[in-house]
Amino acid sequence: MSYVIDRRLNSKKKSMVNRQRFLRRYRKHIKKAVSDAVDKRSITDVESGENISIPSRDISEPIFHHGDGGKNTRVLPGNDQFVSGDHIPRPEGGGGGGGSGSGASDQGEGEDDFVFQISQEEFLNFLFEDLALPNLVKRQLSGNEEFELRRAGISNEGSPGKVNIIRSLRSANSRRIALTAKKRRRLAEIEEQLESLRKAGGKAEDNKLLALEEEAKVLRAKIHRIPWLDDFDLKYNLHVKHPIPTSKAVMFCLMDVSGSMDQATKDLAKRFFLLLYLFLQRNYEKTEVVFIRHHTSAKEVDEQEFFYSRETGGTIVSSALKLMDDVLQTRYPAGEWNIYGAQASDGDNWNDDSEVCYKLLTEKLLPKLQYFSYIEITSREHQALWHAYEQVMSDFPHTFAMKQLSNVGDIYPVFRQLFQKKTV
Amino acid sequence: MSERAAEPLSTTSDWDFNLIREYDQAIGVIAQEFGLDTYPNQIEIISSEQMMDAYASVGMPLGYNHWSYGKQFLSVEQSYKRGQMGLAYEIVINSNPCIAYLMEENSMMMQALVIAHACYGHNSFFKGNYLFRAWTDATSIIDYLVFAKNYIARCEERHGVGAVEEILDSCHAIMNYGVDRYKRPYPLSTHEESEKQREREEYLQKQVNDLWRTIPAGEKANEECTAPRFPSEPQENLLYFFEKNAPLLEPWQREVIRIVRKIAQYFYPQRQTQVMNEGWACYWHHFILNTMYDRGLVTEGFMMEFMQSHSSVIYQPPYNSPYFSGINPYTLGFHMMTDIRRICEHPTAEDRDWFPDIAGSDWQKTLDFAMRNFKDESFILQFLSPKLMRDLKLFTILDDDRKDDIEVMSIHDEPGFKTVRETLSAQYNLGNREPNIQVFNVDLRGDRSLTLHHYRFERKPLDEKTANEVLRHVHRLWGFDVHLYSIEDEHVKQEFHCPDLSVPLSNNKAG
Repeated sequence: MSYVIDRRLNSKKKSMVNRQRFLRRYRKHIKKAVSDAVDKRSITDVESGENISIPSRDISEPIFHHGDGGKNTRVLPGNDQFVSGDHIPRPEGGGGGGGSGSGASDQGEGEDDFVFQISQEEFLNFLFEDLALPNLVKRQLSGNEEFELRRAGISNEGSPGKVNIIRSLRSANSRRIALTAKKRRRLAEIEEQLESLRKAGGKAEDNKLLALEEEAKVLRAKIHRIPWLDDFDLKYNLHVKHPIPTSKAVMFCLMDVSGSMDQATKDLAKRFFLLLYLFLQRNYEKTEVVFIRHHTSAKEVDEQEFFYSRETGGTIVSSALKLMDDVLQTRYPAGEWNIYGAQASDGDNWNDDSEVCYKLLTEKLLPKLQYFSYIEITSREHQALWHAYEQVMSDFPHTFAMKQLSNVGDIYPVFRQLFQKKTV
Repeated sequence: MSERAAEPLSTTSDWDFNLIREYDQAIGVIAQEFGLDTYPNQIEIISSEQMMDAYASVGMPLGYNHWSYGKQFLSVEQSYKRGQMGLAYEIVINSNPCIAYLMEENSMMMQALVIAHACYGHNSFFKGNYLFRAWTDATSIIDYLVFAKNYIARCEERHGVGAVEEILDSCHAIMNYGVDRYKRPYPLSTHEESEKQREREEYLQKQVNDLWRTIPAGEKANEECTAPRFPSEPQENLLYFFEKNAPLLEPWQREVIRIVRKIAQYFYPQRQTQVMNEGWACYWHHFILNTMYDRGLVTEGFMMEFMQSHSSVIYQPPYNSPYFSGINPYTLGFHMMTDIRRICEHPTAEDRDWFPDIAGSDWQKTLDFAMRNFKDESFILQFLSPKLMRDLKLFTILDDDRKDDIEVMSIHDEPGFKTVRETLSAQYNLGNREPNIQVFNVDLRGDRSLTLHHYRFERKPLDEKTANEVLRHVHRLWGFDVHLYSIEDEHVKQEFHCPDLSVPLSNNKAG
């Protein structure tokens, strides 16, 4: 006797819990692999997961087993040359086939790395673990352009497509019961009388009989005339629009593209911006990015131009900040948007301009911003801009941060420092 | 023999549920005709992803949660995605009804092969073989697994995932030493099991407390030399010993040990009957499908596909092939089963000499007898024939670390047959394969330290690195110092201690 059961629709994720347990147990290893991967990875590649490899010995489950040595006898198949008493030199490094069966050979491969894949989601989870956007709670705003329909009970009016059949028929039924109750009661009485009269042997021509029959006929007609379904029986499902609260953020990427910034420096900046972008995306449902590049004057550009076109000339940082302020005022009212700024530069600036930057930041920008981070990509001495920004930092320690980095390996650590979860 | 069918059951490689039922019925008829006694079958069609899940849980239909199963799953998933490994076509569970998983990707031929192999081959083996009859209870295993899963989940809620994981890790490390060899467990339903568990918890705790009573029993001089050892006899079931005697464990921890022990016990027969079990199943799928062909139930195309698949399953690469990884249990088992039938039906003079009891007997009865009453070790010792040794060209090598080279002890010739057979049989003796480790003594009056002895077989040492790691797990279960001595001819050759005596306790797990 056999039963055939189709289990294909059962859940496929039976191992999910165990998988999570494994990831949690080896989070240290995985985190390290993830941070290594960030440095190696192509900057445009954010869609894929990541291969993680952990040395097998770190995750092995030890059991007692025999070591090399002692007397090992083994039976092998496919003899093509040997006779009893032959001597075979020991194979190099083989250790002489200690143990038998597949159990031993599984152990033998112990030196390979254990490789597995994590999804993009998990990759980002590990990447941004323990990091938090500062001042996130300040503006969880309810947006006003997106709505969803929610059920809100039953109404008497509506479009035919939303008729609630059960409710409609129920109300029709009760209406019919209510309107005919009296008549049906009378009808039942009459029928009873007719019955008893007939049994008593009353003749068909009997007046009383005729009258009763007449009345019954009228009553039946009346009952019949009650409509089965009336206009006011119809009930409709009611849906109302609810605004969906959305949190949205805009990120300003500011970069110096003057002659002193070479492609390598820009790549570093790009990686940093990219990390920040991914991070914002995880925290907000909607994230917009504004690219502003500047040399002596600033310009809003698209991504391609931002990262790859090259200009020469001097540097006036304040021009970018000014433009950022303009864009903010025209397109991103501070009441509706969470605003983040990230600026990358090699530290060069026009001599008198740093003072202007200080003023722009402290007076106009920072009061509206959630966070502004500045990274200086240089290995040289700091210049006027850095010192001016140090001033800003002491004035706005919670919304402003600055760090210096000089090579690819610094980016992720610096990023982590900037967004380290602060325990209040 | 019944008559030839008018037309085959199907002519394409597509399957559907009706076809599976029809094939199953046809196979069932043949199986019954040839005396296969089976549990009812529950055939479940699953997708490849579900097959990976089933793989990861070591073939248990439901298991408690543990990271090692996650690791297993990840590695299966990875190698499957890269195409390094095909998935098994089938997984079969020793339960009543017998659950077999079939993959939806299989062709109709594969489904039929799997049904014959698993649902009638393995199934009848589970029901008939003495080890399974003695050590597992097919009707209660699913209940028990449900109990185990729920119990461990409850422990995790109450004591934290970390605490439960630690205990499980330690138990898994000595899972192979959690097996009774000479007692018969009796089946319990989920409900009974929960009831018993509560009683056990209270009782055990009392027992242990008594054992470790610290109230002084009068001032007696040290009588260590005359004091009886505890345990009075060496114990080979380490998990059982810890469950009953480890002083510091909480009741729930004892129950977790018990669960791991029970599951180890459930798998114990499978580890000892791989060759027989696979050989039996291969023999019968081969026999049944050929019978179906003879009766016109399947087409020639079906048989071609079958032969191709069958021969790759029972392929044995020679010792010098890059694909060689030990003796293929399918090959050995299948050939031995076929060979037994040959000896029954067409015995040669040599066979009459070697197998006077079975030569010329009824092959069905003999095969059935062999299936019921042996395990790999004794099966090979009893039934491996000189002809098969010649066919497989088996030879024995001796690798002795006291000699300069490897010696060929014996080959498939008249003087060698007996040695080859004995050596091959010993190769399947779990007692030789795994180090023999026993609880020797507990220092009851002193520091409560536990002493384990490893009795060397053929002078084989313990692997030092893993021994030290496992000992740490043993130490976690026991709660006091643990010593392990590897003994050869009454001389201690290796010793391991936890905590380490020579160096301060260090954690050499990479960070």
